Amino acid sequence: MGQTRDCGQKTAMSWPCVGEAGRTGDWRTTRPVVDPDKCIAARKDKIVCMQCWMFCPDNVISRTAPPEIDLEYCKGCGICVQVCPSQAIEMRPEHAENAEASVMEEAPCDS
Amino acid sequence: MTVETKSISVITGNKAAAEAARLARVDVVAAYPITPQSPVVEALSKYIETGILDAEFITVESEHSAMGVCIGAAASGSRVFTASSANGLAYMCEQLSWAAGSRLPIVMGCANRAMSAPWSVLNDQQDAMSQRDQGWIQLYCRNNQEIFDTFLQGFRIAEQVQLPVMVCYDGYILSHTVMPVDIPEQEQVDAYLPPYSVHTVLDPDTPRNINPVTLADPRLNGDGVLCHGYMEFRYLMQQAHQEAMDVIVAADVEFESCFGRSWGGLTWSHKLDDADTVLLAAGSLAGEATIAADTLREEGIRAGVLGLRSYRPFPAAALAAQLAGARLVVVFDKSLSYGYGGPICIDLQAALMNHRLSPEIHGYIAGLGGRDIKARELTAAVQESVAWVKQEKALKPTGWINLKL
Repeated sequence: MGQTRDCGQKTAMSWPCVGEAGRTGDWRTTRPVVDPDKCIAARKDKIVCMQCWMFCPDNVISRTAPPEIDLEYCKGCGICVQVCPSQAIEMRPEHAENAEASVMEEAPCDS
Repeated sequence: MTVETKSISVITGNKAAAEAARLARVDVVAAYPITPQSPVVEALSKYIETGILDAEFITVESEHSAMGVCIGAAASGSRVFTASSANGLAYMCEQLSWAAGSRLPIVMGCANRAMSAPWSVLNDQQDAMSQRDQGWIQLYCRNNQEIFDTFLQGFRIAEQVQLPVMVCYDGYILSHTVMPVDIPEQEQVDAYLPPYSVHTVLDPDTPRNINPVTLADPRLNGDGVLCHGYMEFRYLMQQAHQEAMDVIVAADVEFESCFGRSWGGLTWSHKLDDADTVLLAAGSLAGEATIAADTLREEGIRAGVLGLRSYRPFPAAALAAQLAGARLVVVFDKSLSYGYGGPICIDLQAALMNHRLSPEIHGYIAGLGGRDIKARELTAAVQESVAWVKQEKALKPTGWINLKL
């Protein structure tokens, strides 16, 4: 991975590019899942509606039919769920089975 | 080495600062008026308006904005100058940290003035010393020639180590007092001070974000390069300060070869070689101490003066080397770290302890809020300390010279 001194920076800086802020997908605890039977763009197979694309603060939703969400960078804020006029997006827990397992593992500490 | 003198002007410390900025060919000046600094930027404003200096004067509504403009200008490739004092400097405080953290070689003058409350426009060094930990280099001057020369050195030092430099000089005592100052020709200054070249330039052709949120740990950027976390940047600032010690000395040596004058780099001394009793201070007060040392010598006390020119970086090793033969060090501070002692005194105590030296060190607070301080009062303080040591009294509390309580 090298050392940070190789970056040669004296002042903190970044350049505009995809993922400059790091893999923000790691921050997510719930992920948006699009139901193609409800999504207007998916049903019409046309670039219509696009409220999710327009409102996504991280620009991770594609302007396509159906819209695609880049889970590498989606932080899971859920704004797309709120703005979708057809309730086609829902947030599902990330790693639900792992979360359950970790609770089970912690249980013996109480005894 | 002697250098032919062409032009001696009898000018104030503030005028000397403005003349230095002019001859340094600054590109941008942004400042807000505050006593006793205002004449510096008034003079620069006149130079710019009348075409004597080809630069931008950017008027602002506060010192906070003044430093903000300086940061922007320096980050876009300009040589930048500003000046302030006391409450103005305090109002700049938040931006001072941004300037240093961005490693921008801004040079500013601080005509030292007491902090309020109560309100005062008169001199002490509380303003600059209160900004000690912002990451700026701080250099203190004894007279108007040193002010002029230190600004020129300041640009050179700042641009070499990529840290901002604050040139500090006592308000009124120097800022408003006229003294002869040798002002060199532009060509001589150009030979000493090369054009500004920057490490980072904000440029629309290569858009970038300066100072984004920097997390605790290093991270890969979008190009897969491992970039510093917050601590790495801060370590590099500290490293730059350490390197600055050699650079400050070298800038003074080079200055002497160009102009025939040397100010000692990090420190300077007066009759120090055989001295066992050393007076230590910064700024005009240290100049006053040389008169006190001479008087003490007439009385049979082997006194000398060690003047502190660079407060940050603090030249601990250089001070220790020069104080190896001292039995008593009397430190005069024109400011106070409330609840403890004089800032120079407490730094010196720590430095000498680190260097395994243990002379008697007595601290005196002097000249706060413009309280007059004469050489004979410094002499009396040293005599008091000498007597204290002879009587092998217990730990001496910090003295307050000329306190009338």
